[in-house]
Amino acid sequence: MNTTKMDRNKGNEQQIQNKISVNDLNLFYGEKQALFSISIDIREKGVTALIGPSGCGKSTFLRTLNRMNDLIDGVKISGDIVIDNENIYRSNDVIKLRTKVGMVFQKPNLFPMSIYDNVAYGPRMQGIKSKKVLNQLVEDSLKSAAIWDEVKDRLKSSALGLSGGQQQRVCIARAIAMKPEVILMDEPTSALDPISTLKVEELIANMKKDYTIVIVTHNMQQAARVSDKTAFFLNGEIIEYANTETIFSMPKDQRTEDYVTGRFG
Amino acid sequence: MRKAKDYFFQSLLWLSAIITIATLCIIVGFIFYKGIHLINLDFIFGDYSPSGGGGILPMIVTTIYTIVISLLIATPIGILAAVYLQEYAKQGRLIRIIRFATESLTGIPSIIYGLFGAVFFVTVLKMGMSIIAASLTLTIIVLPVIIRTTEEALKTVPLTYREGSLALGTTKLQTLYKVILPSAMPGILSGIILSIGRIVGESAAIFLTAGTVAAMPENIFSSARTLTVHSFLVTQEAGDIELAAAVGIVLIVIILILNLSATFISKKLNKADY
Amino acid sequence: MPNHSNEELVSQIESSNKRKYFLEKLSEKVFLFCSLLSVISLLLIIGFVFYKGTHPFFAEGYSFIEFIFGLDWVPSEDKFGILPMIVASIFATIGALIIGVPIGLFTAIFLAEIAPKSIARIISPAVQLLAGIPSVLYGVFGLAIIVPFLQNHLGLAKGQSLIAVILVLAIMMLPTIVTVAETSIRAVPKTYREGSLALGASPIGTIFKVVVPAAKSGIMAAIVLGLGRAIGETMAVILVAGNSLVLPTSLTDSIRPLTTNIALEMGYAFGTHQEMLFATGIVLFSFILILNLVLAKIGSKGGK
Repeated sequence: MNTTKMDRNKGNEQQIQNKISVNDLNLFYGEKQALFSISIDIREKGVTALIGPSGCGKSTFLRTLNRMNDLIDGVKISGDIVIDNENIYRSNDVIKLRTKVGMVFQKPNLFPMSIYDNVAYGPRMQGIKSKKVLNQLVEDSLKSAAIWDEVKDRLKSSALGLSGGQQQRVCIARAIAMKPEVILMDEPTSALDPISTLKVEELIANMKKDYTIVIVTHNMQQAARVSDKTAFFLNGEIIEYANTETIFSMPKDQRTEDYVTGRFG
Repeated sequence: MRKAKDYFFQSLLWLSAIITIATLCIIVGFIFYKGIHLINLDFIFGDYSPSGGGGILPMIVTTIYTIVISLLIATPIGILAAVYLQEYAKQGRLIRIIRFATESLTGIPSIIYGLFGAVFFVTVLKMGMSIIAASLTLTIIVLPVIIRTTEEALKTVPLTYREGSLALGTTKLQTLYKVILPSAMPGILSGIILSIGRIVGESAAIFLTAGTVAAMPENIFSSARTLTVHSFLVTQEAGDIELAAAVGIVLIVIILILNLSATFISKKLNKADY
Repeated sequence: MPNHSNEELVSQIESSNKRKYFLEKLSEKVFLFCSLLSVISLLLIIGFVFYKGTHPFFAEGYSFIEFIFGLDWVPSEDKFGILPMIVASIFATIGALIIGVPIGLFTAIFLAEIAPKSIARIISPAVQLLAGIPSVLYGVFGLAIIVPFLQNHLGLAKGQSLIAVILVLAIMMLPTIVTVAETSIRAVPKTYREGSLALGASPIGTIFKVVVPAAKSGIMAAIVLGLGRAIGETMAVILVAGNSLVLPTSLTDSIRPLTTNIALEMGYAFGTHQEMLFATGIVLFSFILILNLVLAKIGSKGGK
């Protein structure tokens, strides 16, 4: 890990450490290269936003962090991704990786079961059977996702009966129930209305004291509102990575400026 | 000119439809007309008597035996095979071979299955003409049906369910039996119902493997006849059209019930979606 | 949430992951085995039928040419010629296609395009239901209605004949063809029709020039399925074919197609006789393969 790259953010709050360290990551879909020599350090406890035009590789990159790309045939990867001093592509324990690195998807993808069963799904699959522990876990997770009050009276009814925004917050609760350290969010509000979006953004702001959050977003205002650091992706490369303020107020690269000012993308 | 041509084709369409519908109505009408007076509780629940007048309980029991045994074998194998094809296999030669084999099995006429079963199960494996030999033959016949319908059902399960589950640190196996199979269940059930229909309607393969004994089967190693074979034999041997038609009514009602339940289940499936 | 349960969770996870990966590998092997069973079954069936069916020609000195082109089938005299059955099967199948396909397709077009919705909604499921009726019942109907009708009106000595087989098979394939073809015609996008109608084509012209060609592959599938049902049909055919071993020369001849030969004699055949029935099966099999290839050819040509 290259510690000189580490960003010391003017020393506010506590000392900021790196949670994820990516070095010279290349990714291929069959013959086609989708990510080019990505190197980036992601800080612990805080929000890092990945922005860029569609097809720039930001979602692909996000999915390398919990090895979701493994599901796709023909994906090849070179380079290192180190989370907590462990190279995640060397160790083959994806179960452990994914319990530690949770994910929230573009569209809410709750299972066709009750709200309770959705949130308890992950812990149950890890072998937790005690009703008491599960009840507590479900309640805590739903509270952390700021949806408890809306669903506490209907925990046993189908999760698919909730509105889109509610479903997405239950998805976040479902991820939280695994007690992850990192939460990846792949355009979590792109399918939501403005009010629901606002609620999810508030939630993210509250969560960042406990979790390392990496969020992919199309919406530049959102990146500006919720993130501490921002990386700008273009054609599979990171063009610029800096404090969010810097990216939006005085980007170094012309392409970044063009993008954040809305000249393309 | 063009008007005349349009008129001609339009009449042709009407005529064809009338022919089709009339023919099919006549067939069903004929079977009911000929057979309905024989239908009563004694007929359905009575034992068969070769001198005539008896019931068809042995054939119903035999039919149920063949359905249960072949489904007990074909359903788990078919579902797991479909799971492999849809969820595990990577595109490649192996998959192409498996798919080709499955499709080819669908195209083989049942008399060939009968030919195979009559020697392989009956003679080589020494099962004799028996319910078990027929059921194993039927297992191979319905296996591709179950594989195909299960594959279709698995395709309808959104990819996001799989992602959502796997991202929570579950294994494929856990994802499969907790999320994917439950979501695909209505489709799989319709496939099973379809298979029951196929088994009930099958005649040639059973004729060559289960034999024709018209008595209550003692066990699955007995030779016996199913409803369909019975309907065939009473027509061919005794020319007893009325009895054949009465058995036909029972068969049509069974098929009707199966169809209705398949429709009901697939309607439920559509509701279960978003 | 108290902190200790987090650690509890982590330790549980670590201990159980090894088992999970093992189960994962094991289950994949089991699933693979299940999917290979269909390959094994196919190989077993083909291997078995071909081994048995070719044995007389390779090991017992029977001539394959005489088998295919021989006119006499007298197992007791060691004569095994199946030309009459091949011809009977071909005539019966083609005859059924000639009658069944146009009527079936026109009915499908009618139900999908012309029939009022309320009527189609009743008839389509009814036809679908009829596709599931055991084929034996069509044979029973044929023997009880079609055969006596032919006997009385064509003055035949015996109503069981090639034409009776053709009619029964044609009727039997109707529901299959109608159901599958209707589905594919309904799947043609509305915009195709609107485009054609907007160009001033009549509704009927639109159906035949635009909709039907667009649904071509589904229609071909319907024909192949109907054909498969007709050519492989055995028990219904036995009832109406008459089963005579003569080379059919007219529609009114009593015939014995390949399938019925197998079913009628398999019960008591043994030795060479039984092997010759397997050989009959091989011919039937090749016959189906060839017909499917021909239909696939026609289908792909029609697309140009």
